[in-house]
Amino acid sequence: MQDLHFKTITELAALLESGELTSVQLMQAVIDRTAAVDEQVKAFLSYDADDALAQARASDERRAAGQALGPLDGIPVGIKDVLAVKDQSVRCASKMLENYVSPFDATCITKLRQAGAIIWGRLNMDEFAMGSSTENSAYQTTANPWNLETIPGGSSGGSAAAMAAGEAIATLGTDTGGSIRQPAALCGVVGMKPTYGLVSRYGLVAFASSLDQVGPFARTVEDAAIVLEAMLGKDLKDSTSIESLGETNYAAALKDKKGPWTLGVPQEFFGEGIDPEVKANIEQAVDWYRGQGCTIVDISLPHSDLAVPVYYIVATAEASSNLARFDGVRYSHRSEAAKDALTLFTKSRGEGFGDEVKRRIILGTYVLSSGYYDAYYKRAQKVRRLILGDFEKAFEQVDAILTPTSPTPAFKRGERTDDPLAMYLSDIYTISVNLAGLPAISVPSGFTESGLPIGLQVIGKAFGEAEMFAIAHAFEQGHDYYKTTPKL
Amino acid sequence: MDYEATIGLEIHVQIKTRTKMFTAAPYEYGAAPNTLTDAVVLGLPGTLPVLNHAAIEKCAQLGLMLGCEIAEVCKWDRKNYFYPDSPKNYQLTQNDQPLCLGGEVEIELADPARNAAGEHRWVKLNRIHLEEDPGKLTHEAFDTLIDFNRAGVPLAEIVTEPDMSSSAEAVAFLNALRNLIIYAGISDCDMEKGQLRCDANVSLKPVGSTELGTRTEMKNLNSISNVKAAIEYEIERQRDVLESGNLVVQETRRWDVDQGISFSLRSKEEAHDYRYFPDPDLMPVEFDRNRVEALRAELPERPFDKQRRFEQEYGLPYTVTTVLCPNRELSEFFEAALETHHSPKLIANYVANDLLRELAAGSEHGAQNLKVSACQLTPAHIGTLAKLIDEGVISKQIAKEVFTEMFATGELPDAIVEKKGLKQSNDTGEIEALCREAIAGNEKAVNQYKDGNEKAINALKGPVMKATKGKANPAMLDELLKKLIDEG
Amino acid sequence: MSETPHIDIDYVANLARIELTDEEKAKLGSQLDDILGYFDKLNAVDVSGVEPMAHAHAVTNVWREGDQPGPVFDPEVLMQMAPESRENQVVVPKVVE
Repeated sequence: MQDLHFKTITELAALLESGELTSVQLMQAVIDRTAAVDEQVKAFLSYDADDALAQARASDERRAAGQALGPLDGIPVGIKDVLAVKDQSVRCASKMLENYVSPFDATCITKLRQAGAIIWGRLNMDEFAMGSSTENSAYQTTANPWNLETIPGGSSGGSAAAMAAGEAIATLGTDTGGSIRQPAALCGVVGMKPTYGLVSRYGLVAFASSLDQVGPFARTVEDAAIVLEAMLGKDLKDSTSIESLGETNYAAALKDKKGPWTLGVPQEFFGEGIDPEVKANIEQAVDWYRGQGCTIVDISLPHSDLAVPVYYIVATAEASSNLARFDGVRYSHRSEAAKDALTLFTKSRGEGFGDEVKRRIILGTYVLSSGYYDAYYKRAQKVRRLILGDFEKAFEQVDAILTPTSPTPAFKRGERTDDPLAMYLSDIYTISVNLAGLPAISVPSGFTESGLPIGLQVIGKAFGEAEMFAIAHAFEQGHDYYKTTPKL
Repeated sequence: MDYEATIGLEIHVQIKTRTKMFTAAPYEYGAAPNTLTDAVVLGLPGTLPVLNHAAIEKCAQLGLMLGCEIAEVCKWDRKNYFYPDSPKNYQLTQNDQPLCLGGEVEIELADPARNAAGEHRWVKLNRIHLEEDPGKLTHEAFDTLIDFNRAGVPLAEIVTEPDMSSSAEAVAFLNALRNLIIYAGISDCDMEKGQLRCDANVSLKPVGSTELGTRTEMKNLNSISNVKAAIEYEIERQRDVLESGNLVVQETRRWDVDQGISFSLRSKEEAHDYRYFPDPDLMPVEFDRNRVEALRAELPERPFDKQRRFEQEYGLPYTVTTVLCPNRELSEFFEAALETHHSPKLIANYVANDLLRELAAGSEHGAQNLKVSACQLTPAHIGTLAKLIDEGVISKQIAKEVFTEMFATGELPDAIVEKKGLKQSNDTGEIEALCREAIAGNEKAVNQYKDGNEKAINALKGPVMKATKGKANPAMLDELLKKLIDEG
Repeated sequence: MSETPHIDIDYVANLARIELTDEEKAKLGSQLDDILGYFDKLNAVDVSGVEPMAHAHAVTNVWREGDQPGPVFDPEVLMQMAPESRENQVVVPKVVE
């Protein structure tokens, strides 16, 4: 039998239901695995084994009483450190929130609890979700389980690495510009970002409010769909959340929707900057779909090259305001050198924030400041609409869009830390999806010569998760990449 | 050179809702520190604002009361500035698309004679928008304490055009505005409780010039007398500056109540770089046109309209209407009393004089906040009292006694008259005998009357009234005495 | 915006209330100038007649109805979090207006 910690939710749910496995056994296996490998991977900032086992016992008791809650009941789900869990520290991998403990659960956490999931640990990330390598954590650097010298991607690097290393059965991440999909691709797991508004942002510590979404990492597309289905829905606490306008019975969709589909391939995503191995891999994936009877259409997303500047203006502007609440007054780091109201702010924030966070706050403050608002922020919001328009036009003729998730596989630690612009360009294929508010998934599509994973991105229509999952599921089931696990 | 002042006001009014603007935490004045907070009020990581529909409706009602247009679409913006009383370090407000546009308020300038109507004019408004109140700072010797109870209370900011030219106009405006707001039930406008706060913008220009001078903004004007004093001080200060050949500096000034002077708060331009941008967490509001009309239909009659109507319809003098009409409750009480007995002048006198006097005597609040509903009298009490007088059952003299009694006990006047035997005596036999006694006992007065001094008759009335304990019908007595003397 | 963009780092850092060392200022300044240079791409696009896009899905009138008071925190919740407190209030160094 394959190790429990590398099994899928669907496999484990069957074992739990048949009584061959208890949730306590599963949780213990995951704890043991984590204890064994996290020294190397450093995916977790912290975890509470006793608390997790207590949740597992509660799940077993429910099941014994005939009150099991569904496929997630008793399944350990790892949580990115940016999501609020009641009575747990929520640090966003920042010194700024060193001592902060949340008095409430994020809505997505509440919903996972209602589905019986075990809320498992605090996963490392780039500080306040700002970064693409998880090197911006104030606490530790997470390694890519496929090659410990390389980064796991970011900002949800801990969530992706924990999945790849078998330290959780599913994990949650957040995706503002690719922060789920890019690390999923780099760590060889499935990661998906829902349509903006599908999952409540209440309890997600905001980076860029108009772009942030919570989404799952999982071993398979079906698993990701199960986790998403448990979390979605309009929440009265988040005015931007919205009831899906599409199909949300994803399990049924995976069974029923078999294609063939019309799939768009944007030429702009295969040009300058793409790693040749990645390019070849994705072209192969496109060929596979063609071989399955799908119609492949060359499409154009002409404003694609503007996505990076638009994103970094919109996201940093929103962030500069969202992160203003970390001021040393009520709950965040307070400088001991604070002498008055001004230095209370300047010194606490100077000490509490890391370099990348400072860089983005300064940039965001600048683009909103007097005299620059129209040239930067307002203009970016207009171009954002043009980017959305590109997608809307494309979706008039295709069911989904296929692209690489990341232009390169995992890169070496420290390689881009001093070149923020180069780092920003690693999100080049993912951020336009956030700007347009669309759903997208990264599914493993193979490996480089040196054994690093590559991910295929499937971009769906707004609220078209069901179709998007089905398309990604077809590819996944036609290959066995997800069955390959890293040697640790 | 002669200068004239231009004055604009910004008035913040706390809207009387049970819960806060962006969360369901309740608000009440005077609660123990930090007992009215929740995660949203404190700006905890992961929290999101949600609009309070009741506050939007009330603000729209306020707008309609002040003659504003209700915007088809309004939106929410962040005003970014750091201050320890601001939990998010941005204030949610409405920058370029406020809820209410334009509007004007009718004011009455006090007539020097005091007992005649003063000049009326309309002061133009620019806009009204909704925003949130910050928390409250208490400055102690070495540090500052923060209570977040007030944070998030809905505030309507009413911005006038620079359309006033004297402190008297500003005072008249504030009084009229206050009456309108209380009339519409939007706020109690208690300035001591911070329910209404005023900032004043003052500038001077040469008489006749069309170009406005540099303005200063006066903060912390927490009573109408402070507004008056601060404006007068500022006009003189600016006049001195200009006359000595200097330029007025654009700045914010703080009024010091104790010293009766203002001083510069900050003049750094930096302080005004608020980096407004649309709040990504809140959706715009489209105000339904039918709803606007429904709200308009519910508006009460405006105080000055009512005053004109009372003067025309009931023939009431200005001195009475100017007491009745600014107070909605009092004026409605008056009109309700007319339904018992239509004697407008008599009833108006009782309401405007006797009732108010008794209320004031027993009130802990200022004269501005007298509550008719707090006493035991109903409109029927006053109506019945007037009826008893008009029907000759009691004299006005006796009515005073009845009034005091019914105010104290809540008993109806007819019951009091009955119980105490206060009915006016119309027994001509008894009175005639008393009159003959009086004529016989005061020859001097009889002679004076006979010589043409009509008033001398009063000297004869006294003993009769005394003997009947005031119950003799004065008109009847007058007639009888004359008849007896003429006969005699 | 055709000339080389340049951030007045002192002004912006003060607006953002972040104390930066001289070293940080120098490094950030040049990095941000590079990034702003890259943003210049945006000026090549014709955006006339395009409405700014503030939300991914434009819906309106999302609000809470009823004005019914919800739960409040015990003051202790805030006192536990606050770096310094007294008499159920948060304490900060003296604020001078």
